[in-house]
Amino acid sequence: MSAAMPLRPTAGATTHRLPSVLTLGLARTRIEVRQFFRERDAVVWIFAYPIIMLAIFATVFGQGDARVGATGTFAGIPFGQYFLPGMVATGVMLSSFQNLAITIAVERDDSTLKRLRGTPLPASAYFLGKIGSVLLTSLVQTALLLLVAATVFGIEMPSTAQRWITFAWVFALGTAAGAVCGVAFSSVPRTGRSASAVVTPVVLVLQFISGVFFGFTQLPGWMQDVSSVFPLKWMAQGMRSVFLPDQFQAHEVSGSWEHGTTALVIGAYLVLGLVLGARTFRWRRRDDG
Amino acid sequence: MSPTRHGADHGDGDAVVVEGLAKHYGDKKAVDGLDLTVHRGEVFAVLGPNGAGKTTTIEILEGYRERDAGSVRVLGVDPQTADRAWRSRIGIVLQNASDQAELTVGELVRHVGGFYPDPRDPDEVIDAVGLREKVRTRTRQLSGGQRRRLDVALGIVGRPELLFLDEPTTGFDPEARRAFWDLIRGLRDDGTTILLTTHYLEEAENLADRCAVVRDGRVVALDAPAALGGRSARQAVVRWTEDDVTRQVSTDTPTAVVAEVAARFATGEVPGLQVLRPTLEDVYLSLIGEASTTPGADPDAAPTRVGPAGSTTEARR
Repeated sequence: MSAAMPLRPTAGATTHRLPSVLTLGLARTRIEVRQFFRERDAVVWIFAYPIIMLAIFATVFGQGDARVGATGTFAGIPFGQYFLPGMVATGVMLSSFQNLAITIAVERDDSTLKRLRGTPLPASAYFLGKIGSVLLTSLVQTALLLLVAATVFGIEMPSTAQRWITFAWVFALGTAAGAVCGVAFSSVPRTGRSASAVVTPVVLVLQFISGVFFGFTQLPGWMQDVSSVFPLKWMAQGMRSVFLPDQFQAHEVSGSWEHGTTALVIGAYLVLGLVLGARTFRWRRRDDG
Repeated sequence: MSPTRHGADHGDGDAVVVEGLAKHYGDKKAVDGLDLTVHRGEVFAVLGPNGAGKTTTIEILEGYRERDAGSVRVLGVDPQTADRAWRSRIGIVLQNASDQAELTVGELVRHVGGFYPDPRDPDEVIDAVGLREKVRTRTRQLSGGQRRRLDVALGIVGRPELLFLDEPTTGFDPEARRAFWDLIRGLRDDGTTILLTTHYLEEAENLADRCAVVRDGRVVALDAPAALGGRSARQAVVRWTEDDVTRQVSTDTPTAVVAEVAARFATGEVPGLQVLRPTLEDVYLSLIGEASTTPGADPDAAPTRVGPAGSTTEARR
C-alpha cells in the first residue's frame, strides 16, 4: 500500500438520484454474463453437455442409418432428430436450474450476496441480472445445439411458424421456471462447495426418468407417474412437439402433445419456485446467524 | 472537528445512537444491554476480545441482523427498516470476503460504484488503496492483504457518510497498515464518520478519536484512547532500588515521588529508577478482565498490582 494516493476531497453536498432498477438490472446482467463465461469449466459443462450427449446417442443408435418410428408409409426419423428435443430440454434445465442453484449457493457461501445486501442494489436488480444472464446463456446454448444438430447431424429443423411459436413459449416458460426453481433450490446445499454435488444428481435423475434419453413410453409406468410431477418431462414433451413429426403423438402416453397440460405444469413450477424462492431466500450463510 | 459535508442536508446529531441493545442466539447473550454513541466526523473504535459481541453489534448497525431489544439509530434511521437511500449513505467493509473471484479489481470497483447515486471515481479509489498495478488482476489472484484493500475500496467507492470497518487490517503487513491508517485519516478529514472494530490496540490508539471496550456484550469503558480506563488505571508506577530491594509505588504524581526519593540519595542519582505508564494494552487487558502480565517492558511492574506493602508505605513516609 506504499503507492497509496490521497482521495480528492468531496465537493459540497449535492443531490443525486439513485440509479434505476432497470439500469442496475442491466449492469448486473453484464457482470453476471462476464462471470459466467470466465468460469470455464461450468461453461464447457453447460454448453457442451447436451451437444456431446446428442452426438453419442445419435452415433450409437443411428448406426447404419437406423430410423425411429417407421410405420406403413411413414419412413420414420433419424435417431439424432429423435433425441434432439430431450437435449434441448436438458440444456434449458442446465443453464437455468442447475446454473442458478449452484452459483447462488456459492455466492451465498463466499459473501457475494452479503456484500450486495450491504449496498443500495435492490434485490429486484439482482434477480433481473440472474434472469438476464440465464436467458442469454440459454439462448446461446440452445442456438449452438440446434446449429450443431442441423449442420453436423443433418437434422431437419421445424419449418412452420406454428412450431417455432411453440418452441418460443416452451423455451421461455421452461427457462423462467428453471430459473426460479434454481433460486429456491440454492438454499438446499449447506455450503457452496457441496452445491454441485447436491444439484447435479437431481438433474441427472430427472433426465433419466423424464424420457430425455429414452422414449418416454419405454419407461416403467411408475417412473412415468413420478416424472409427470416434474417439469422436465413436460419440457421434453413440449420440445418433441416442436422437433418431431405429428406421427409421433402416437408415442406419447396420452396420444397427443398435451400443450395445455405442459403449460399448466411448467407454469405451476414457475409459481411454486417464485413463492418458495421468495420465502426461503437468504442473503447470508446458515452459520452466519 | 471539521464540519461534515452532509450536516446540511441530513441534519446534525450523532451518526450512531445505540441504547440498551440486546441480541441472543439461543441461550447465549451475544449483546446484552449495549449503549454507544458515535459523533459525526469522528473515528470510533470498538475493542474487545473474540466473542464479546463486536461483530454482532456492527452487523445490527449495518442492517444485516435484527435486534431483540433496544433502540438503534444509524444516520437517524432504524437499520431494520432502512431503504436504498439509507444504504447509499453507509459503506461496509466485510470481515472476510472472497466473493466474485472471476472479476478484476477494476471491474468490481466500477460495478459496485454504479450502485450509488454519487460514487467516487473508481480509479481514484483504486489508487487510494494502492491497487493500481492490480487493476486488471482477477480478485482470486490477490493476496490476503490486497483482497482486504479491495474490500476497503468497495466500502468507500459509494462515498459513504458512515463507514463500517470490521477488523479491517487483519493480515496487513506493518507498512500496509500504516498506509491504511493514512487512508482512514484522509476519509475522516473529508467528513466521513468511521466506526471500526479491531483487535489491534495500536490501531485504536493511532486512529480513534474515541474507543469503546466491549466485554460480554456490554460497553465496559468508553473514552479517548489516552484517557481510557479512568484516572486510577492511568496511574504511573515509580520504581527504584533501595537497600538492595526493589521498591515501587503507584501514584498520580510521579514527579513528586521521584523528587522525594531522590532527596534520600546523597548522590542525587536513584539506582534503577523507572517511571512506568500503563500502555493502552495494560488498560485494555485490565478492562476485559485478563491478568495484566506484561505492562511496559518489565514483567514485574504491573501498575494494577501494587508492590510489596512495606516498600510502598516506606516510600510514602
